[in-house]
Amino acid sequence: MSTNIVKMEGVSKCFRIQHKRSERYATLRDVVAEKVNRAIRYRKLSANRATTEDFWALENVSFEVDRGEIIGIIGKNGAGKSTLLKILSRITEPTAGRLELSGRVGSLLEVGTGFHPELTGRENIFLNGAIMGMTRAEIKRRFDEIVAFAEVERFLDTPIKRYSSGMYVRLGFAVAAHLECEILLVDEVLAVGDTEFQKKCFGKIEEVVGGGRTVFLVSHQLQNIARLCTRAIVLNSGKLVFDGQPSAAISSYLEVTRAEQTHLLFNRPSAGSQDEEIVRLEMLDELCKPKTKVFTFDFIRFRFFVNCARSETRRSLVLELRDNAGVPVLVVETNPEEFGSLKSRGLHAVECCIEQLSLLPGQYSVSVGLAIYGVRLTCLLSDIAQFEVLAPHNFHQSSINKGAVALKHCWLRSRLELEEPIASDIGVNGDQILSRASEGD
Amino acid sequence: MKLIVEPGRRAKNYWHDLWQYRELMYFLAWRDITVRYKQTVIGIAWAVLRPGLTMLAFLGFRRLAGLPPGQIPDAILVSAAVLPWQFFSTALTDTAGSVIGNSHLISKVYFPRLIVPCSAIASALVDFLITLCLLIILMLAYGLVPRWQMVGLPLFLILAVGLSLGLGLLFAALNVEYRDVRYIVPFCVQFGMFLSPIAFSSSEIPDKWRLLYSLNPMVAVIDGFRWSVSGGATSLDLITVSPAVLITVILILIGITYFRRVERSFADVI
Repeated sequence: MSTNIVKMEGVSKCFRIQHKRSERYATLRDVVAEKVNRAIRYRKLSANRATTEDFWALENVSFEVDRGEIIGIIGKNGAGKSTLLKILSRITEPTAGRLELSGRVGSLLEVGTGFHPELTGRENIFLNGAIMGMTRAEIKRRFDEIVAFAEVERFLDTPIKRYSSGMYVRLGFAVAAHLECEILLVDEVLAVGDTEFQKKCFGKIEEVVGGGRTVFLVSHQLQNIARLCTRAIVLNSGKLVFDGQPSAAISSYLEVTRAEQTHLLFNRPSAGSQDEEIVRLEMLDELCKPKTKVFTFDFIRFRFFVNCARSETRRSLVLELRDNAGVPVLVVETNPEEFGSLKSRGLHAVECCIEQLSLLPGQYSVSVGLAIYGVRLTCLLSDIAQFEVLAPHNFHQSSINKGAVALKHCWLRSRLELEEPIASDIGVNGDQILSRASEGD
Repeated sequence: MKLIVEPGRRAKNYWHDLWQYRELMYFLAWRDITVRYKQTVIGIAWAVLRPGLTMLAFLGFRRLAGLPPGQIPDAILVSAAVLPWQFFSTALTDTAGSVIGNSHLISKVYFPRLIVPCSAIASALVDFLITLCLLIILMLAYGLVPRWQMVGLPLFLILAVGLSLGLGLLFAALNVEYRDVRYIVPFCVQFGMFLSPIAFSSSEIPDKWRLLYSLNPMVAVIDGFRWSVSGGATSLDLITVSPAVLITVILILIGITYFRRVERSFADVI
């Protein structure tokens, strides 16, 4: 007897997109002329008028889910996540393939489905519950719990058009969270509400999840997926590209979405065999956007993704930059007493921000490592990436730098008068006048 | 209990689902009725006021047209026609727009979509039952005692429900793809009102046109209502009733078939 509760085989979904013949009408005259033309030569022109295109939102998706699993679904916008949920909840039918469900499906795809603004909170609880598939008896049974969760006791008999958006959301979530069903679909509902409520929602979801229900969770917040899910699948352009451990799925997803950008210095999805490892290293600018070109004195962030299988209170991260002669120009390590982000298990993202990169133009290599502070290195990745520092546009104008580092300096014309009289042994060349150079070199 | 979802495969689970979701139909109808009369001063009295005023209008028309009064008071005859007509026009209009009107539900939640038009008819039925009180009051006022023919009243009501359901389903399904239907329905209803024997009696139609005239199923419904209420005083012929029943059954079958066929693409098209 299989414990399969959901089984998808080769499911595909196709949408027909209409394309109107794209023509820019500059003037009303053109519009009228075009319409007259069309009317006269209708048959001839109608062949070119509109084309349809088949858009496959899902292509050949197959997976099997057992009772009690919590599946995270991740993917870019437009990858097919919502379509997958719609098919699972039977709102829409697959174009091809087969879906087997062995339990009642409840969905949290949108909060407050079916709420009518004119009806009171009490009436809407019944309406919403009925729409989501509960019978009147079930709703009556859960009524008090729902009201307590939503914290709207005082306003039960007010029309919900008077509710604040927070109350509205709480009520909607409260009803949906008390659905009695074996399969639950959750789509980004957790993104709304204040932090208090989000924590409450999380608690409820965790409770639900502990109760043996099978949950499908779609979220862009990867830390939620890593925390809550036992399994994750990655969708890309409608295809299932990964199905497995949440942390590995997240790495795979990040790789797939951003591999083409040059700011990615290093990426190796976790093999899962070590206690801790660095899976990814990126270079970003001050706005956390990918940095493709680095200039001297730029603001630069190095972002590390670290996967820890165990917790360790003295864990530290090491970053080393070396120039092309192998001379270390930057050797830094985090201090676990002050910086404790790496202590716990799981996937962490840590950044090293350098406000003004004081490196001269040239090639540099990056080495990273993890250590137990003051004891030993646990993971060392030497020279895993190279990057080039370029000269900003005004760099060589008035000052040639032949040293080891770039320090911000400027040349100025100074005064001849001194604050205090000094011994007159300056000499003939004492009054050296130095030309004023441009600042910022 | 395994459920298999495949393109094209539907029939078995659907009717079972429909039964499971029957409470939803009740809730949607309740929602429509509650919302309709919330924040109104007159409230539910509107349900009686509308047909009441229509009846007065037709009564006036009948008098003005100089049509001879029969043994049954005109007021009764006209109400007996106005009531089913109001039900039909409300039911048809509401049902035709029900799918579009509930598009926010259809695109977000699963339930057998047939529930939506059925709930629209249910809410129109509730209104009808309220206005039935008006008719009963009138009958009491005129001292008209109901005879055995009153049994026919629910039967003809069922005929009217069937007609609105069949046509309503067809229009509702068409409306999703072709929004023109929204304009066609009120036009049909208005046109039908003049065609139907509300201000006059169907016995005034010359015999050779009777069959053609009876192709409008509401003729049978109205005649039937009049016959039931007046205790057989007005005539009711088979030539009127049989085409009506036949047409209604055909319309129901067409309506349900088309609706079910198009239903699966509702969430995508709506």
